Amino acid sequence: MDILVLLKQTFDTEERITVENGKVKEDGVRFVINPYDEYAVEEAIRLKEEHDGTVTILSIGPSRTEEAIRTALAMGADEAVLADDESLFGDEYTAAKVLAAMVKVRNYDLIIGGNQAVDDGSGQVAVRLAEELGIPHISTLTKLEINGTEVVGHRDAEGDVEVVTATLPVLVTAQQGLNEPRYPSLIGIRKAGKKPLTHVTAADLRLSPEDLTARTEIVETYLPKPKEAGRILQGEMNDQVKELVHSLTNVEKVVG
Amino acid sequence: MDFRLDPDVAAMKETVRDFIANEVEPKAMQIEQEDRVPDDILEKSKRIGLFGISIPEEYGGMGLNMVGKSAVFEELGKTINGYTTILGAHNGIGSVGIVELGNDEQRSRYLPKMSSGEWIGAFALTEPQAGSNAAAIQTTAVKQGDRYILNGQKIYCTNAPIANVFTVMAVTDKSQGSKGITSFIVEKTFPGFHVGSVEKKMGLHGSQTAQLYFDNLEVPEENVLGTVGMGYVNALKILANGRAGLAARCLGSSEYLLDMSIRYAHERKQFGKPIFEQQVIQHYLADMAVEVETLRSLLYRVAWMMDEGMPTIKEAAMLKLYASEVYNRVADKAVQIHGGVGYIAEYPIERFYRDARITRIYEGTSEIQKNIIASRLGK
Ligand SMILES: Cc1cc2nc3c(=O)[nH]c(=O)nc-3n(C[C@H](O)[C@H](O)[C@H](O)COP(=O)(O)OP(=O)(O)OC[C@H]3O[C@@H](n4cnc5c(N)ncnc54)[C@H](O)[C@@H]3O)c2cc1C
Repeated sequence: MDILVLLKQTFDTEERITVENGKVKEDGVRFVINPYDEYAVEEAIRLKEEHDGTVTILSIGPSRTEEAIRTALAMGADEAVLADDESLFGDEYTAAKVLAAMVKVRNYDLIIGGNQAVDDGSGQVAVRLAEELGIPHISTLTKLEINGTEVVGHRDAEGDVEVVTATLPVLVTAQQGLNEPRYPSLIGIRKAGKKPLTHVTAADLRLSPEDLTARTEIVETYLPKPKEAGRILQGEMNDQVKELVHSLTNVEKVVG
Repeated sequence: MDFRLDPDVAAMKETVRDFIANEVEPKAMQIEQEDRVPDDILEKSKRIGLFGISIPEEYGGMGLNMVGKSAVFEELGKTINGYTTILGAHNGIGSVGIVELGNDEQRSRYLPKMSSGEWIGAFALTEPQAGSNAAAIQTTAVKQGDRYILNGQKIYCTNAPIANVFTVMAVTDKSQGSKGITSFIVEKTFPGFHVGSVEKKMGLHGSQTAQLYFDNLEVPEENVLGTVGMGYVNALKILANGRAGLAARCLGSSEYLLDMSIRYAHERKQFGKPIFEQQVIQHYLADMAVEVETLRSLLYRVAWMMDEGMPTIKEAAMLKLYASEVYNRVADKAVQIHGGVGYIAEYPIERFYRDARITRIYEGTSEIQKNIIASRLGK
């Protein structure tokens, strides 16, 4: 089975993030594989171990993305393609176009992406790509089974499980809980340096300026408001409940 | 001169750092109290390759040079020393003999299993009557047909209860003194091999050190490691080779203690302000930082010299001496800066303080290192 994995490098959201001039400051930030994409990489490697085949990483991003790619290769992926030509950077629309051009020249049975990237959190790129390619997609999987060409995906459905079936080729996206990503082995890190990593440009992908024009614009980037201290209600239970309902409907206005 | 690490090695360090933070540190107190490293930590360590740090790539190891190995050991030094001693003894004195002195058959028989961690290594030189004076060992090895028969006792053998492969020094020709000692590769399943009880220690909890008894232990002739009669020289070589790894672990532990101390000095308030604002505390921290930085420079220089194939007996002795002394001084200051907290077992500082103490004793005491250094001054 030949598997393509969509991978984005993001900043580590567990570390301190600062915004400067409308952008997340990159100095001193630790960059990692987008955590949802890490589940995708792990799932692809497990499927390869089970069914044989290849795992290829596809990525768009600046050259520092190589580090995240090397980690995926060290975990067990076989090769990688990085679109690090700046003219290829845009929004979800252009990313899907670029990935589609990268995918079209390859054989594949399965494409796995993360459910969303933790930096911009749009959750669009992978499913847009499936639309571009004209193949089915199942998003936010917590379990994936493949038998021959039959695909069974489990997704969380508001506390229940929704089971979706499809036939290869298909695109799926990974949700937390799909698996527990492995650490890259140290020997894997040595080997990763020798695995093929190709760079592609706009010219290689033969994309038109139209395809590369972003359809959205970022107007402002800001950090969420710091959390204020919570309020603990006191007194008789009856009064507490009344006050809670009042607060939720009139003060915080979270229920209409 | 370029002090930057190879990108591969930097990536390895990062993996080790994540692994320690997520898998080992949360169980450090448990390891300390139970004096045992849980099996799942050892299994996961094997899976990420931590048993192949010293072994060439062709045998499934990481194929690192000394600088690379030191960088990985430095990172490992930042967690509970009992755990890292298992890895240190295996990757150091427990396997470098076979890596450096083994013939092709020995290397292919042992190293693949050792790099995966399926077989763990140990080193048995010390005896009741032979510590610093290692040439005084009394364990005998007598040739009978195609095998050697070993009789005697070893003490303080690190990893003994969990090891499968031992590098053992024994006397093959008493009349030759230190030139009558030979090294052997001994498997724990060889007839006549017994592991004694596990020692209780001041620190290094989680690492197990035990006695070995050889009762007509049968070792096939092909398990002679290196040349007959060269066992003492081999032992010194193996110990010298292990010095960079040990020093790197001392460096990592010292860095950890410095970081903890800086953080604590900013957090702890007395007399209305952080103790960091007391000049005496700043000076303690400055002294610690200078020693850590000096040790780092010495470590990577000596490791580089080893990689270049330069003679390093004197420098390796200096490094082992300095690394262990720095670790002890830094640990002492860390306890002082932490005050009572530094003495309480609920916090890691007192554990590092106890663990630091052994580094001035094993793999050649500080005094013996000074003897080695002095004997080579002016030469
Ligand atoms: C936890 C632990 C783990 C160990 N692991 C191993 C292992 O895996 N394999 C192994 O073979 N051994 C191991 N050892 C043994 C260790 O290497 C010895 O304990 C060490 O070499 C010192 O020997 P000794 O204990 O006999 O002390 P002694 O040699 O009796 O020394 C006592 C004191 O006298 C000093 N001294 C002795 N001779 C001289 C001299 N000529 N000049 C100046 N001072 C001198 C020493 O420096 C020391 O201060 C371990 C020991 C411990 C405690």
